[in-house]
Amino acid sequence: MGSRVLGEGVATGVPEGRRLERRRTPWRERLFQLSLGASLAVGVVFLGSLLTYVVVEAWPRLDFRILTDFPDIIDPTQAGAQSAITGTIWVIAFTALYCLPVGFLTAIHLEEYADRHRWYNRAIEINIQNLAAVPSIVYGILGLGIISRGLGFGQTVLTASLTLSLLVLPTVIIAAREAIRAVPQSIREASLALGATQWQTIWRQVLPAAVPGMATGAILALSRAIGEAAPLLLLGGLTFITFNPTGLDSAYTVLPIQIFNWISQSRAEFAPLAAAAIVILLVILLAMNSLAIWLRNRYSRRW
Amino acid sequence: MSSEIPPTAQTPTTPGAAGEPPSASPGDSGNGTLTPQVSFRDAPPLAGPVFEVGSLSVFYGAHEAVRDVNMTIGDRQITAMIGPSGCGKSTMIRCFNRMNDLIPTARVTGKIRYHDQDLYGRDVDPIEVRRRIGMVFQKPNPFPKSIYDNIAYGPRVGGFKGNLDDLVEETLTHAALWEEVKDKLKTSALALSGGQQQRLCIARTIAVEPEVILMDEPCSALDPIATAKIEDLMEHLAQEFTIVVVTHNMQQAARVSHRTAFFGSDVDDKGERHGRLVEYDETARIFSNPSDPRTEDYISGRFG
Repeated sequence: MGSRVLGEGVATGVPEGRRLERRRTPWRERLFQLSLGASLAVGVVFLGSLLTYVVVEAWPRLDFRILTDFPDIIDPTQAGAQSAITGTIWVIAFTALYCLPVGFLTAIHLEEYADRHRWYNRAIEINIQNLAAVPSIVYGILGLGIISRGLGFGQTVLTASLTLSLLVLPTVIIAAREAIRAVPQSIREASLALGATQWQTIWRQVLPAAVPGMATGAILALSRAIGEAAPLLLLGGLTFITFNPTGLDSAYTVLPIQIFNWISQSRAEFAPLAAAAIVILLVILLAMNSLAIWLRNRYSRRW
Repeated sequence: MSSEIPPTAQTPTTPGAAGEPPSASPGDSGNGTLTPQVSFRDAPPLAGPVFEVGSLSVFYGAHEAVRDVNMTIGDRQITAMIGPSGCGKSTMIRCFNRMNDLIPTARVTGKIRYHDQDLYGRDVDPIEVRRRIGMVFQKPNPFPKSIYDNIAYGPRVGGFKGNLDDLVEETLTHAALWEEVKDKLKTSALALSGGQQQRLCIARTIAVEPEVILMDEPCSALDPIATAKIEDLMEHLAQEFTIVVVTHNMQQAARVSHRTAFFGSDVDDKGERHGRLVEYDETARIFSNPSDPRTEDYISGRFG
């Protein structure tokens, strides 16, 4: 458009060989841009229709009773998901309590202390990466065999949170290591060259700079744990629970399992309940991921 | 530009700073060869050597990066290390405060004596070494903290018990940075210009009152004006501190240093490079009448 205003555009009368070629976009480039847009559209359309479908389904039961009432197998109109919501909060809180300190300390050790040239450190590293890819049901079996039965913790909040801790630990470690590695070596050198000890360097320079990244990774790992149903199916989450957990030794259920439970009911009245529970789960996940993004943007540093 | 370092001539003369300041303005250095009117600093005799290096070799894994270096670093002098890339200058300077300890594969053989103590002795604490022997790096690397906290960091981790505010002011004044930053001590050091950041890094180093300051190409990321300010600062600081500076800039070595070490490298039959100290002498002599033909080739631009 602009070139038209300026004048002739591609002028006539310019000697051959000096004339500027007309602007054109090769068809390959067009095709490429088109496929980029199309791929994006696939994701957006699916997510959009999923959200719409769930909210529409849930609409009749998207009220406060879903938060305040307990599951009711006789009368779906009286049923709510309170025990599942509190169960989720209990399990995730203790999962965070177990896996974050262990994960962060492991990451600090691997990044700051471990000698990467030693074969056993490389073996540990590969092992952690592989663990992150192990299916969650396998962790469920591990939890059932070792934590629930072996240690005798039974079908309790403690068993569930320990198992989920193991499940997300590799993710927490990997994310924390990335964050620690992103702190430039020059900052460590500057600190050490001033006579700081390694501990002072880590505590006063590396960690403050890495904490936003570590927190972001941790939140994303925990949101994965919130959505997990498979391992907890094996660990006693699939019982009919009409009370909130009262302690680590308490029986429990969590949202994904409550959803599974309602969906597998034969009566149609339970379907909106399941959809409403999905909405709640999505809201929790969205809130956590937003927090992660906010943390990253608020505290991220440019070097 | 608001604060200028007092010219060397006006400050109390100490044994290390007897020379007159170079007449050539550091800012206008081109890239030509040295002109005869550059006046070199007089190198006083090597009284009270700070470092004595004997048969020093540095290995990275099996590779010998620096081979058999012998040299003596004089008290309150500026010693420059020059030479082409890959000749081991930076490796060498990092031996003086044991920064090479941080590289797991690095290994040092031979001796470095610091005031007659073995720097690599079994019971020597590298933390203590680095408090005495500070270091300024190639790229300005202030902490992502306030200017104040950058200066205060070294004293704090060293357990300084005194008035930090006073210490910060003294240090910044000493480093000729106080006038420029006194109204923004609480702002981030990363907001400073590159040259100011580097001077802040120098100030941060002297805040822990070291005896020696090692500088690893401190001006290579800076423009000529910022470079000139750092060079002024170096001359000023050389009255109290022993300075060892690695530089790629031969004019810089000629302008600021009392003594110059020229490092070269030779390639063995396996194709590996080994850094070597080719010649070490008073700067005036290195630049006007070197005794080794390789030095002369490098100085005159025929090589490197």
